[in-house]
Amino acid sequence: MWSLFIRSIFIENMVFAFFLGMCSYLAVSKKVKTAVGLGAAVVFVLAITVPVNFLIDKYLLQPGALKWLDPSLANIDLSFLSFIMFIAVIAAMVQLVEMFVERFAPALYSSLGIFLPLIAVNCAILGGSLFMQQKEFTQVSEAIVYGLGSGIGWLIAIVLLAAVREKISYSNVPAPLRGLGITFIITGLMAIAFMAFMGIKI
Amino acid sequence: MAKKHKWQDLIKDPLNENNPITVQVLGICSALAITVKLMPAIVMSLSVMVVVALSNVIVSLLRNYIPNRIRIIVQLLVVATLVILVDQILKAYAYDVSKELSVFVGLIITNCIVMGRLEAFALANKPWDSFLDGIGNGAGYGLVLIIVAFFRELLGSGTLFDHKVIPQWLYDHGYVNNAMMLLPAMALITVGIFIWVQRSMFPQLTEKE
Repeated sequence: MWSLFIRSIFIENMVFAFFLGMCSYLAVSKKVKTAVGLGAAVVFVLAITVPVNFLIDKYLLQPGALKWLDPSLANIDLSFLSFIMFIAVIAAMVQLVEMFVERFAPALYSSLGIFLPLIAVNCAILGGSLFMQQKEFTQVSEAIVYGLGSGIGWLIAIVLLAAVREKISYSNVPAPLRGLGITFIITGLMAIAFMAFMGIKI
Repeated sequence: MAKKHKWQDLIKDPLNENNPITVQVLGICSALAITVKLMPAIVMSLSVMVVVALSNVIVSLLRNYIPNRIRIIVQLLVVATLVILVDQILKAYAYDVSKELSVFVGLIITNCIVMGRLEAFALANKPWDSFLDGIGNGAGYGLVLIIVAFFRELLGSGTLFDHKVIPQWLYDHGYVNNAMMLLPAMALITVGIFIWVQRSMFPQLTEKE
């Protein structure tokens, strides 16, 4: 369990190993503060949606998964519906989370603002569910740990990048490279640094 | 809404001045992950082009009937249905490539290009214009993907479409494939350099401080 957690944070980091959630990663990493907010929201949503999708996949969609309802349903395979189910769950969850945060933590809500609905279309979230499906977990606890770990990995990545970008605004970057270009290159260098984790066996 | 769009512009703009990847900053995730080889990159760009164009048309046809509050879910459902179609077709006719693309076909759903164009264009324009806009943006996306994949495959494995292009005598004289190019990290740097080159050629794209 620990090894899965550490692996999903560092070795299989969502951003540096699979480039998931890049769009908001590049767009919302200008300030450390907003980056922390978005990162926390991603951790939260991933930790909820991955286990929920795991249960849906296991008990509704996989070949023969409907057996618990009735033995005659044993050879129904609904796995082609997984994309649409996953994205529907994610959209619904994000909406729920948004309403909860608005009701119980208005300060957090106003600081997250537009980012919350954006999370629905953050590839890291859907990617988390799709990788979960590929990894063929057997227990729901594994799915929870995986969701939490990859969320934290994403949070670490975006906070690091935001910190670097805050510093780099003082340096003299060649004009055509300013903004997007240099951000790409920074992320590339950070990804190389993160590869140092790759050889580690846990 | 009454704004007239020239059809040439709808196709041409996204190729360069309004490129979805390098200027609008949309759809980067998949652009980086599947550019190790040319073949998957081309398949991916075609799939994205089909999905963007068709979903643009569908949403544009429905634009007057979709309530504003639930439009994101409606859009996601339209896109997800199309992506399932593409995924099933790929699995049926191009199994090897679909294995290589792995989760990234599914991730077309959350590819920001699709959602971005739906929000920014299809909701306010006629179906035919939206169709052209989809084709144009898909092509602009594909262009970047193919260029990046070309360099990564050429320098990383010395092949193009899995055919050897670097002659043997170069290897005999000590030329070595740069395995670094195959790593995910170099995709980011290649795109960074691509943006650099593009913006030096078209200074109007440079970001202001």
